[in-house]
Amino acid sequence: MRWYWIDRFIAFESGRYAKAIKNVSLAEDYLHDHFPGYPVMPNTLVIEGLAQTGGLLVCEHTRFREKVVLAKVPKVSFYFPVLPGDTLLYTATIDDVREDGAMVTATCHRGSELQAETEIVFAHLNGEHQARKLFEMSDYLKMMRMLRAYEVGRAADGSPLREPSEADCLAVPKT
Amino acid sequence: MPTKEEIFQKVQTALVDALGVDEEEVTPEATLVGDLGAESIDFLDIVFRLEKAFEIKIPRGELFPEDVLTNSTYVEDGKVTEAGLAELRKRMPFANLDEFARNPNVQDFANLLTVADMCRFVETKVDVSG
Repeated sequence: MRWYWIDRFIAFESGRYAKAIKNVSLAEDYLHDHFPGYPVMPNTLVIEGLAQTGGLLVCEHTRFREKVVLAKVPKVSFYFPVLPGDTLLYTATIDDVREDGAMVTATCHRGSELQAETEIVFAHLNGEHQARKLFEMSDYLKMMRMLRAYEVGRAADGSPLREPSEADCLAVPKT
Repeated sequence: MPTKEEIFQKVQTALVDALGVDEEEVTPEATLVGDLGAESIDFLDIVFRLEKAFEIKIPRGELFPEDVLTNSTYVEDGKVTEAGLAELRKRMPFANLDEFARNPNVQDFANLLTVADMCRFVETKVDVSG
């Protein structure tokens, strides 16, 4: 299976917040194991979708130079189970970004109902003792394109969000 | 301008939120790692909350000088050298390193920091009143 837990960005305000939708379908394998005859989306996968929404937002903000990974979920609350046929709206907002990581608040809604709310701590892996070759910038770019981030994205000054240039892609990341 | 008591309250809240411990456990003498169960990723979370609560900036390595502990000039055979200890004292005036200096194993360093040390650290960054 492909590890995509969001289907499309519907808003992407660089450095501030992003909104993505996730459609839950009976065509997804895991629903038939969780649970047989009573499909419920595991809330851990809701967290993963929220983390992907927030993670890509942080990544773009740091110009894809940092390897952003989900490091800690200090707090999370879930209010009802997610079922096949649901369309979820994930909203991730950046609270703070530092050299070594970022703090994001995120919510999951089904329509106007709040299904989940959480804080997510991301770490930036770029030190000598940490995995440097985990991700390529091109992987992030592929994902951003597939999720149509550049169709809805806006840069900090309000202008349309642009893909990083080839020079950005080829530049050696700072250590 | 916060008082020392106000600083303690805010540090306590930050640790309760970050570490999921009860308020009663967060006493001044409690060590972050040993008593409160903090792990390395928790320090990042704690720093975010302190920055927000006190409107200060805590540059990487200021609270926890990991660069000293991984520098071969300052560490030999898993122990911090005299030069290393001097550097740590300089970088961490808010912490009491005497106990650590008696047997300066790098591995034990993480267990050094107490809640009181964190409060003293914040005091060096804000104007304390009262």
